[in-house]
Amino acid sequence: MPATPWIAPALDAQLKIAIHDKMALGRATEEMMIRMMRTGHGYFWIGGPGEEGFNVPLGLLTKKGHGPDYDYLHLHYRSSATILAMGAEPINLLRQMRATATDPYSKGRNFVNHFAIKPWNVVPVTPTIETQYTTVIGTALVQQRHGGDGLSYVTGGDAGSAEGDFWTCMNWSTRPGRELPVLILVTQNEFGISTPANQTQNNLRLNERANGFGIRNACVDGNDPIASWHALVEAMEYVRHERKPYCLQANVSRLYGHSSSSGANRYDEPDCLGLYEQRLIRENLMTQAEIQAVWDKHNAQLAQDLQIVIAEPMPDKSHVLQHVWHEGPAGN
Amino acid sequence: MANLAQAIRLALHFGEENLGVTDIFGEDVGAPLGGVFTATQGLKTAWNTPLDERGIIGTALGIAYAGGKPVAEIQFCDYIYNVIDLLKLCGNVTWSSAGEYHVPMVLMTPVGSGIHGSMYHSHSFESIATHIQGWKIVMPSNPKDAYGLMLSAIAEPNPVLFLAPKALMRQKGAELIPGEPADEKTLHNMIDAPLGDRSDWQPNWPPVEDYRVAIGEAKIARAGTQLTVVTYGRMLPLSVNAAETLAKEGLDIEVIDLRTIYPFDLPMVKASVEKTGRLLVINEDTEVTNFGEHIIRKVLDEAFYSLEVKPELLAGLDVPGVGLAWGYEQNSVPQADDVLAAMRRLATERA
Repeated sequence: MPATPWIAPALDAQLKIAIHDKMALGRATEEMMIRMMRTGHGYFWIGGPGEEGFNVPLGLLTKKGHGPDYDYLHLHYRSSATILAMGAEPINLLRQMRATATDPYSKGRNFVNHFAIKPWNVVPVTPTIETQYTTVIGTALVQQRHGGDGLSYVTGGDAGSAEGDFWTCMNWSTRPGRELPVLILVTQNEFGISTPANQTQNNLRLNERANGFGIRNACVDGNDPIASWHALVEAMEYVRHERKPYCLQANVSRLYGHSSSSGANRYDEPDCLGLYEQRLIRENLMTQAEIQAVWDKHNAQLAQDLQIVIAEPMPDKSHVLQHVWHEGPAGN
Repeated sequence: MANLAQAIRLALHFGEENLGVTDIFGEDVGAPLGGVFTATQGLKTAWNTPLDERGIIGTALGIAYAGGKPVAEIQFCDYIYNVIDLLKLCGNVTWSSAGEYHVPMVLMTPVGSGIHGSMYHSHSFESIATHIQGWKIVMPSNPKDAYGLMLSAIAEPNPVLFLAPKALMRQKGAELIPGEPADEKTLHNMIDAPLGDRSDWQPNWPPVEDYRVAIGEAKIARAGTQLTVVTYGRMLPLSVNAAETLAKEGLDIEVIDLRTIYPFDLPMVKASVEKTGRLLVINEDTEVTNFGEHIIRKVLDEAFYSLEVKPELLAGLDVPGVGLAWGYEQNSVPQADDVLAAMRRLATERA
């Protein structure tokens, strides 16, 4: 049965409130995992607090499913809010944070926020920060042949876009007559670990690099989920129907630094959630009490989840030998 | 009788028709050239890529993620070094995702010396490749094995590195590939593109059949009792020739064609060493952290008390490249005389 064509939902009051719910869930989950790191319930933390304003609309607009009729996701490690917006269970992120045997994404093998979810076309996230800009070519090529409106999107940071793979993606997706349905996303937080972007980039609008390839592109305030929603709808409609690439940069904050290696302390940068909550109150869509109730709900659930995860088994050391080879038939 | 390049081509054709190959690609892989060694001429799924090794490997991995069956090519292994992290990624996907994804892809690349290739068309790569976990690595020494190994590589659910010994690409085999016409001119007229304008040319494929060489299975290329030689690729025919020469001196030497470098056929090697008591490993790669050292270590672990003399490795010199001047190449990669001398010495060394 062919997949249903993708149609962007109307951004009504209910959806705006749902976006807030998912943004708060994303932030609460990341902050819980930072606490796990601090209290010895996890090793290394890296994630995406500060990117929820862009990542939640991205997740909600994803055509979720398995196979070329649906979107392929080539994510990086700041994409937790995208996965949670798609319906991932936050307890599973906690499991990967703690490296338990129950971690569904890597069974304790990879850092937190390194997802692999085949039923949703989420290909394995890798710390290499740039290789996803090349693997996206392959899934998009399969989709181009397959037809339909499924696309492949790739997310990366401004630092990772300095790698040649970013150029590879733009070059391969614009070969004459062989254009590919790729949505090229850059979340610009203006840091590569500790190095400020103004030391490494002569133009902080990295999407403008796409001009050289004739790729339609735009830049959006990623701290504004409503603007991000509309920018993503425009980009996705173009890629889905024109079957050509589009490059979208989202300017975002990095609220807890690069990772636990830099302390994971809160930084004084614009907070997409605080800004959005002010807006929801201003537009009479939510009250302060209702907003607080959302936070309380998620924090209470995460606290319960943590107790479950702490009691779960760690991988048996002999399991390190599992999955070196795939033993079944070929074909994802 | 097909040569090695034709055998690869026939295997890829069979793979397109019967094993689900969706894409055969790399620089110059598609029309009009069909590969610098012509191994991909006339294939219906072959296409040209930008000169971008990272794009080639990343695209292959993406195609595999999306359910395709890619066969990618890096034109010479000497140009593979800027994709090491992508090769590492291909090899660790199954493990890191705890089996959620796997990577059914084949990467083929020509290796080794013997064509006056100088510094960037003469490298070997198997030793480095065996440090990239999650890959299976094969290297044929004759056309029929090339055909059979390629079919097994295509059918394999894990990434397979198919190393083609470039000096043997034009070598014909002693055995027919099942379904191959016996007359080489007939085969040539059927599947080799004409010189000049070939825009209207289409191959006339012979009805080649399913024939597999199992990954992990070596072959005794010449049976013997006094020395075990373990080798592969271009060094295999040199070793067999040397063994035949030494047979006239009364030395009875066993030559094992490894065919799969990783995981290699340790049971066959062990059984041979237990019979002969002597081991010589021969390959073209540079000698430091050479894969032959691993073979020797495994034999020491498993068959130490069967050894009558110390095992040896004959490999390339530890120099930065294979020089263009013929003397340089002869002195940096084992040649026929070196193979003969090493085999004679080890076979006759007093226990």
